[in-house]
Amino acid sequence: MTRFSGFSLFKNALQHQENWQRMWRNPTPKAHYDFIVVGGGGHGLATAYYLAKVHQKSSVAVIEKGWLGGGNTGRNTTIVRSNYLWDEAAHLYEHAMKLWEGLSQDLNYNVMFSQRGVMNLGHNLQDMRDIERRVNANRLNGIDGEVLDAKQCQEIVPIMDCSGSTRYPVLGASWQPRAGVARHDAVAWGYARGADQLGVDIIQQCEVTDILVEDGAAIGVETKQHGTIKAGRIGCVAAGHSGVLAGMAGFQLPIESHPLQAFVSEPIKPILDTVVMSNAVHGYMSQSDKGDLVIGAGIDGYVGYGQRGSFPVIEHTAHAIMELFPVVSRVHMNRQWGGIVDTTPDACPILSATPVENLFFNCGWGTGGFKATPGSGHVFADLLAKGRPNKLAEAFSMFRFYDGALIDEHGAAGVAH
Amino acid sequence: MFNIYCPYCEEHREEEEFHPSGQAHLARPADADACTDKEWGDFLYFRKNPRGLHQELWQHTAGCRKFFNITRDTVSYQILETYKVGQSPQVKLPEVKLEEPRHG
Repeated sequence: MTRFSGFSLFKNALQHQENWQRMWRNPTPKAHYDFIVVGGGGHGLATAYYLAKVHQKSSVAVIEKGWLGGGNTGRNTTIVRSNYLWDEAAHLYEHAMKLWEGLSQDLNYNVMFSQRGVMNLGHNLQDMRDIERRVNANRLNGIDGEVLDAKQCQEIVPIMDCSGSTRYPVLGASWQPRAGVARHDAVAWGYARGADQLGVDIIQQCEVTDILVEDGAAIGVETKQHGTIKAGRIGCVAAGHSGVLAGMAGFQLPIESHPLQAFVSEPIKPILDTVVMSNAVHGYMSQSDKGDLVIGAGIDGYVGYGQRGSFPVIEHTAHAIMELFPVVSRVHMNRQWGGIVDTTPDACPILSATPVENLFFNCGWGTGGFKATPGSGHVFADLLAKGRPNKLAEAFSMFRFYDGALIDEHGAAGVAH
Repeated sequence: MFNIYCPYCEEHREEEEFHPSGQAHLARPADADACTDKEWGDFLYFRKNPRGLHQELWQHTAGCRKFFNITRDTVSYQILETYKVGQSPQVKLPEVKLEEPRHG
């Protein structure tokens, strides 16, 4: 495997870029693995990578129905932040944030992590009180955060209408300077390359059609393309399709799958060097390195697996963005798409053992999974390797919906949906 | 954009007049105090979430404000029927394999 460096770039440039190696193999699956990860998105690949790297597991496979990062990893708005209100969630997302900060070096792959700051706007007095509470909670948990007033917001984002004459005036914001964006494809590819290098078999275009359960324990998966693959432990990391997988094993998850959509504009000159989010008017925007404005919308309120969003939501989001940024009113939108997000009743993920032995689920990240990719993989790999949750994961069991220990991040953490 | 037939107004109206309210036919346990944590948790939080046919409760919020049910395909988004609360659906859902796990 070529190590990427200035020297290798130079050498390959002299060879007309013709001698780059493939970044991962395309292996035929073996009959048995110690660990199978179902789902080759960012979280699944990160899980496999940390299983191999941190826990030195050599018999690991990732099984992906489509192509790597073709689901929500390639469909989100790439925002990374950790300013969650409750301790359990804050620790988990901050764990991810710390991994993000060294990720490009760790993977030897540029994930283009750009800590350009994230601003969560407040539009009324209650918003501002909630923001103050959240920022204080963040600081107590060692997470950076500041409360900005409208004037400071205007200084950071000159194109935003902070005049106070809008229907939902900008009164201020919470500001996390260490937050930012990363390149979503690169995250999936970097983890895939890293995992493959450590001996993980990445099997693409292989659909899991059943989870084999014997005496209350999972023993393998049935696939459409490669038949039965046996496994010691199975970790499902399938986002919106987690419920389908759980159904195969014979139980339900406290999850509903909804389409969440986003769109990007034509590329324009740099006008926005940070990320602006607003829960109240329900839109968020950043500008990619190509110049596209990346705009996130809300979820459709009904269960859907269609990987497209509804038109009313597009219109609603366009209204919100137009009111915040009148300057973009004549920018054309280039593309629009939807991803299927797995929402839980408390807007917190599930990292958990299940009623079926040797079967584990990492799901329920809902509308905000991308930011957690490294942390999610790191913690879930630990759960898979040891069979019991570590300190970061233990609060995120699916059984919290039976004992009532919910972590209610809905609305609390600037979760916009 | 859904074009939804409201069984009370007896007219097709656009999606924006309606609000989805989740899975239909959820029966509150008759004696809530006698429920185990599992039964109560199942009632509160655990939903079907099928990839395929689904029965949902909707409200005609910008119209008659009444609740009614929809049978809808969650992949193609086709609406197969709408019916009033208290009525039975005509479209039969496929059998779902749900066995009681031995552990947990």
